[in-house]
Amino acid sequence: MDGMLFQLFVYLCAAVVAVPIAKRLGLGSVLGYLIAGIIIGPALGLVGDETSEIRHFAELGVVMMLFLIGLELDPSTLWQMRARLLGMGGLQVALSALLIAAAALILGADWRLALAVGLIFSLSSTAIVMQTLSEKGLAGTQGGRSSFSVLLFQDIALVPLLAVLPLLASPELMLINADALAHAPTAANAVAQVEEMSLVAGLPGWAHGLVVLGAIAAILFGGYFLSRPLLRFVAESRLREIFTATVLLLVVGIALLMTLVDLSPALGTFIAGVILANSEFRHELESDIEPFKGILLGLFFITVGAGIDVEILFGDFATVLGLTLGVILLKGCVLFGLARLFRLKTPDRWLFTLGLAQAGEFGFVLLNFSMANSVIATEDAKLLSLVVALSMLLTPALFVIYDKLIQPHRSRMEPAEADEIDEQGPVIIAGIGRFGQIVNRLLIASGVRTVVLDHEAAQIETQHRFGIKSFFGDATRPDLLHAAGIEDAQLLIVAIDDRDRAVQLVEYVKRRYPSVKVLARAFDMNHLYLLRKAGADVALREVFDASLRLGAEALKELGMHPFKVEKMARAFRRHDEAGLDQLYELWDEHPDVSRNRAIMARAREHRETLAQLMETDRLQLHDRTERGWTPPPTGAQE
Amino acid sequence: MTSEPRRATDTDPPRTWERRILVLYAHPSPDRSEVNRHLADAAIRTQGVTLVDLYGEYPDYGIDVDREQARLRAHEVIVFLHPLYWYSTPAILKEWQDLALEHGFAYGTEGTALHGKIFFSALTAGGPELAYRAEGFHHFGIRELLNPLEQTAHLCGMVYLPPFALFSARTALEEGRLETHIADWVTLLKALRDDRLDISHAQKLRMLNAELPSLIRED
Ligand SMILES: Cc1cc2nc3c(=O)[nH]c(=O)nc-3n(C[C@H](O)[C@H](O)[C@H](O)COP(=O)(O)O)c2cc1C
Repeated sequence: MDGMLFQLFVYLCAAVVAVPIAKRLGLGSVLGYLIAGIIIGPALGLVGDETSEIRHFAELGVVMMLFLIGLELDPSTLWQMRARLLGMGGLQVALSALLIAAAALILGADWRLALAVGLIFSLSSTAIVMQTLSEKGLAGTQGGRSSFSVLLFQDIALVPLLAVLPLLASPELMLINADALAHAPTAANAVAQVEEMSLVAGLPGWAHGLVVLGAIAAILFGGYFLSRPLLRFVAESRLREIFTATVLLLVVGIALLMTLVDLSPALGTFIAGVILANSEFRHELESDIEPFKGILLGLFFITVGAGIDVEILFGDFATVLGLTLGVILLKGCVLFGLARLFRLKTPDRWLFTLGLAQAGEFGFVLLNFSMANSVIATEDAKLLSLVVALSMLLTPALFVIYDKLIQPHRSRMEPAEADEIDEQGPVIIAGIGRFGQIVNRLLIASGVRTVVLDHEAAQIETQHRFGIKSFFGDATRPDLLHAAGIEDAQLLIVAIDDRDRAVQLVEYVKRRYPSVKVLARAFDMNHLYLLRKAGADVALREVFDASLRLGAEALKELGMHPFKVEKMARAFRRHDEAGLDQLYELWDEHPDVSRNRAIMARAREHRETLAQLMETDRLQLHDRTERGWTPPPTGAQE
Repeated sequence: MTSEPRRATDTDPPRTWERRILVLYAHPSPDRSEVNRHLADAAIRTQGVTLVDLYGEYPDYGIDVDREQARLRAHEVIVFLHPLYWYSTPAILKEWQDLALEHGFAYGTEGTALHGKIFFSALTAGGPELAYRAEGFHHFGIRELLNPLEQTAHLCGMVYLPPFALFSARTALEEGRLETHIADWVTLLKALRDDRLDISHAQKLRMLNAELPSLIRED
């Protein structure tokens, strides 16, 4: 226990100290984590061997990241990017693998080893690149989207890679390993482990294929048909932590299933994410997983830093550095060529090239796997792990180059890209009860894009059935607002049924996002004032309009001319609103209505003037238009 | 004041008359009206006449274009009944024109729905008749002032008649001129309805009321 707490303490300390500093220096959080890892690992020796285990666990962060990415991409978007995905991704993996293999051959490696190394290094780091891109707000650019396509292809490619690599086993190593296995079973732990944890090991090819297909089918089926009823059921219990637990269960379960059939867990959760992208729970899932992902991913980066083997590094620094730079250079050339081929604009071309030139976290996985399958000798694998780590370590530096040298020219070189022009920000409607529904229907009918939030799963379900984009969750939670896109929202409409929370929500949003206009429904006068004080741009009493209309209908029924009724109602509204404003000035200083003498007096005064107006029919004269339509006194005209 | 006269049938009144008449009545403050209100009431009581109280029907100016066009189709005579406000109609009649006289309906190659229909304005003016001439206080004759309406009617292929006007309207009641005006109004409507009005002669006049008896054939 003590040990664990100490470990936890060290990791957290390192992150808390290093990341904000790195961020302040403009290096980005990823480099911060890596440096933190180096400090606690190789530099201070506070953590040791357990890092690789922790890293294994922390890879769950990558898995969650892909789940989140999947949630952002509904199937149709995915389909739209198929050309880039297959073309760019496929070519990138194939060309990089060949080029690196050729280089390895020249350096004197056996062809099997060369090819294996080429394949392993062709992958890039989804974790670093996606994290950095979104942190820098570049994920939506042409370069960012191309990078994502390639990374996604690489994740998919992991599946066949795991199948192909064992075929490249070197006969000599197999002999040695078999020997070792015979003499000391522990030495081949890794192999044993892989076999233990697999549903497909030892199956013939066709059966393997069937199991894999079955697993994917299970995810698709579960995602489409089971997950939503399950989430709805859990949501109804209104236990937040159980909802979170359910989401985690979903992600971990899929990851486990994928591991059992030798597929990439990240790929599995990505698919699940895509399936759930259209569901009403999207934002809730996002905001639940996000913190876990953030911490685990950070942990992952720290372990990469901490896992650097200083002995080998400094023992053979020139080799490691040379290999690393070589890999980055070769991959960079391929990427740059592809960027030209696919006609990326200059700054995007550089983003794509510099961003994806490193080797990735899957490199560690594949190196371990290759070692276990007698493809690569243990010593070589350690050296190559170091190359992977170092190249990842250098990536933030490459991004810094992009930031400093390329980005500044961006606006000048390319005025505005058509498909990048930001869509008009959405209108977020918090609360889709009887009130919010009407607002939403009017907006949708007028062609406005709305995002609807409500904490009643049933309400959301109904909205969903009508094809309205709606999400389940408590709209007063900052993370949910964030997920709904409050940063670029044009308007927030507050129509939730909880008075106090409505005020809190207005207050929070106006403080954090002053540029978002907030329109709120008030239950009564006091609530209206509270909302106004909280900064609402518009606040309306919910029953005022309907009451006024009903009053007007009553007047019509009594035989008053409809246009006169209209004028009366307008005059009444103006008078009432003016009174409301007057009282607000007093109220603002003394928010407690019942104890405020002045306000009571003023209210009485106001009521009296209204009574007077009504009695003497002056309300009509009060109406400026009516004066306009009063003809001049008879005989006044010449 | 009855604000919803013959609503059920006004877009399809029975064809028992030579001409069916649509009176579009516009008074923003009918309670205070001393003249127009009575003209409207008299029109309602006249058979073959449909009266539409525009301010009553559209207090928020939300004019139902389809309904208005159907009404136009169903009548052969279109009359604006209104007080003269700033030498023109009250605002809602302008809104009505802007919306109801659509391209493709009232004008344009396809827009022939109003062809051959008779149009005129029945108005009341605060100023005395003598003031409505070049040397007078208002500098223009009443027919001249209504030129925009006249040209609108022409563009829509309608037969334009000069206005049926009451001057010094604010004193008409006390001076006992209201009764005769209302009677003339009803006579005019009936003559139009029964096709007893000499249209081609009427077209040339400055005002319809001046020589009303000579315009009407007795049968
Ligand atoms: C807003 C307004 C504008 C008017 N403009 C004119 C005008 O331009 N010329 C005129 O002779 N009388 C004008 N008048 C007087 C009206 O025409 C007169 O009050 C009306 O015809 C009386 O009819 P009523 O009793 O049915 O309302 C105007 C009256 C108002 C209220």
